[in-house]
Amino acid sequence: MSIPTNGVPVKEELEQVIPPAEILAKGPVVVVECFQNIPCDPCAASCPSGAIQPFEDINNLPTVDYEKCTGCGLCIASCPGLAIFVVDINYSDKEALLKIPYEMLPLPKKGQVVAGLDRSGRKVADVKVARVQRTKNKTNIITIIVPKDLAMVIRNIKVGDEQNG
Amino acid sequence: MKEYDIVIVGGGPAGLAAALTAASCAASVLLVDDGLQLGGQLIKQTHKFFGSSEQFAGIRGIEIADNFIDKIKKSPNIDILTQATATGYYEDGILTILEGLNGNSLVKVKPRCLIVATGAAENMLPFINNDLPGVYGAGAVQTLMNVYGVVPGEKVLMVGAGNIGLIVAYQLIQAKIKVEAIVEAMPCIGGYWVHASKIARLGVPIYTSCTLKEVRGKEQVEGATICNIDKKFCFISQSEKDLDVDTICLAVGLSPLSELLWQTGCEMNYIPELCGYVALRDENMRTSSEKIYIAGDVTGIEEASSAMIEGQIAGLNATASLGFYHKEYTKLNSKYKRQLSQLRNNIMSEAINRGIQKVIIQKGETHVYSH
Ligand SMILES: Cc1cc2nc3c(=O)[nH]c(=O)nc-3n(C[C@H](O)[C@H](O)[C@H](O)COP(=O)(O)OP(=O)(O)OC[C@H]3O[C@@H](n4cnc5c(N)ncnc54)[C@H](O)[C@@H]3O)c2cc1C
Ligand code: SF4
Ligand code: SF4
Repeated sequence: MSIPTNGVPVKEELEQVIPPAEILAKGPVVVVECFQNIPCDPCAASCPSGAIQPFEDINNLPTVDYEKCTGCGLCIASCPGLAIFVVDINYSDKEALLKIPYEMLPLPKKGQVVAGLDRSGRKVADVKVARVQRTKNKTNIITIIVPKDLAMVIRNIKVGDEQNG
Repeated sequence: MKEYDIVIVGGGPAGLAAALTAASCAASVLLVDDGLQLGGQLIKQTHKFFGSSEQFAGIRGIEIADNFIDKIKKSPNIDILTQATATGYYEDGILTILEGLNGNSLVKVKPRCLIVATGAAENMLPFINNDLPGVYGAGAVQTLMNVYGVVPGEKVLMVGAGNIGLIVAYQLIQAKIKVEAIVEAMPCIGGYWVHASKIARLGVPIYTSCTLKEVRGKEQVEGATICNIDKKFCFISQSEKDLDVDTICLAVGLSPLSELLWQTGCEMNYIPELCGYVALRDENMRTSSEKIYIAGDVTGIEEASSAMIEGQIAGLNATASLGFYHKEYTKLNSKYKRQLSQLRNNIMSEAINRGIQKVIIQKGETHVYSH
């Protein structure tokens, strides 16, 4: 089981896209979970800091210059694959801040406690919503406070009674 | 009878792009579509598109359609006929169209050049009880939900993990319908992995090397049995699993909708890589019939992005063949062709490139044009 067979990336696959520890330690930074050569490039065009490098070939994987990334999160909503997240590992002693794209309704409310789901949709923790940003293109951005050790595990939330396994 | 420089059959992305391009060359254009509104597949695509940010990547399909339709309605040289089905093209160069909801009014027009952009039809799958109510094509489900706001059922099994299966599964969940599972006969997910991950994060299991064996039910779908399959696509015994579903959604591929092209008599060939029978064409999208051009999924199943570029190439060259050269003809023609080859320069397009090699009429190849 790995991303080509069930859509859930395994450890070796994730290692290719998770920023190095020293970068994560510096503050909010982008995590681009894009594993396949497909004709797609809006993430690069959306990044105001040039952190996601312009594509030489539209089929390449995105490359990130983490030094340039401010963690602003503007790229999140641009990605048609909903594959971009921003992680701030230093939010507090025990917690990290995570920005995720979200296209379901109803939207959660600020302060609400929702289920934090892993990459296979399994609930792994209760998490608190810190911010809800509505965007023009309707891929909304939800900021959640998650246990530090789950910052690279949680990738979705369950708000109401919509599907999860 | 009304005459037009260019008549385009099909108002999807290919036809829309062809119409705008032809109109920009000062040709008179008629755009014919059998839908209630223009847009083809685009009007039900609520997801953001892939592709180049120079074109429409990151923008939702419905917005791409709105953008086109707006421009087309403003163009004085384009006439539009919706709820109108083109039924035949005859030796005397006349196109017959059945118009109106019941198709009870016959219109005849005479195009100097015809562009066929009729798109594709969904494939069916053989399994026990595949004729029960509750068995849908994924495209039909998408139309019901996203165009008419009707939910198809409550608990769905999606068959096929190509992009259409993955995207429609996601949109079902957005509509609050439960997707029990996605099964895929191939050993790997055929659609983009980012779409698969999006579904997986919602808790939907994707089973590869697995297929639908049987649907149960009397009056309608009441359940389904899925089963693992081996490398030879044979059922593996004891691997059956029963699912409690009331809806089966088939996303097992599309075939070019080429009836009209058959009827015109242009040369056709069966090309598995392009998903069915397609017309031979040159690199300007002209078929073996001098006055007939093609664009979009009817030339081989691909994407809206390539359909739009093919539409531009067909529109530009069909008008040029009538003597209406766009003032930047040469520049645009090579730009569009370059964009198309860039789009196809990836592993996922290998089959398409192979297929096109088999149907392309080479430059300089003497071709006896019928018509
Ligand atoms: C669920 C789904 C998701 C997709 N996602 C993407 C994506 O993210 N990016 C992308 O690039 N592509 C995507 N595609 C593919 C894209 O939608 C198609 O490739 C594209 O619409 C093909 O355009 P077309 O103009 O050739 O055909 P269509 O859009 O199918 O339009 C053909 C039109 O012709 C009409 N017609 C047919 N026969 C006649 C007749 N005889 N008379 C009158 N009218 C007729 C049809 O009703 C239709 O309106 C997706 C497709 C689906 C189904
Ligand atoms: S988070 Fe901001 S700076 Fe970092 S890659 Fe995304 S858009 Fe660029
Ligand atoms: S926009 Fe998303 S899917 Fe497209 S290349 Fe960038 S990260 Fe990958």
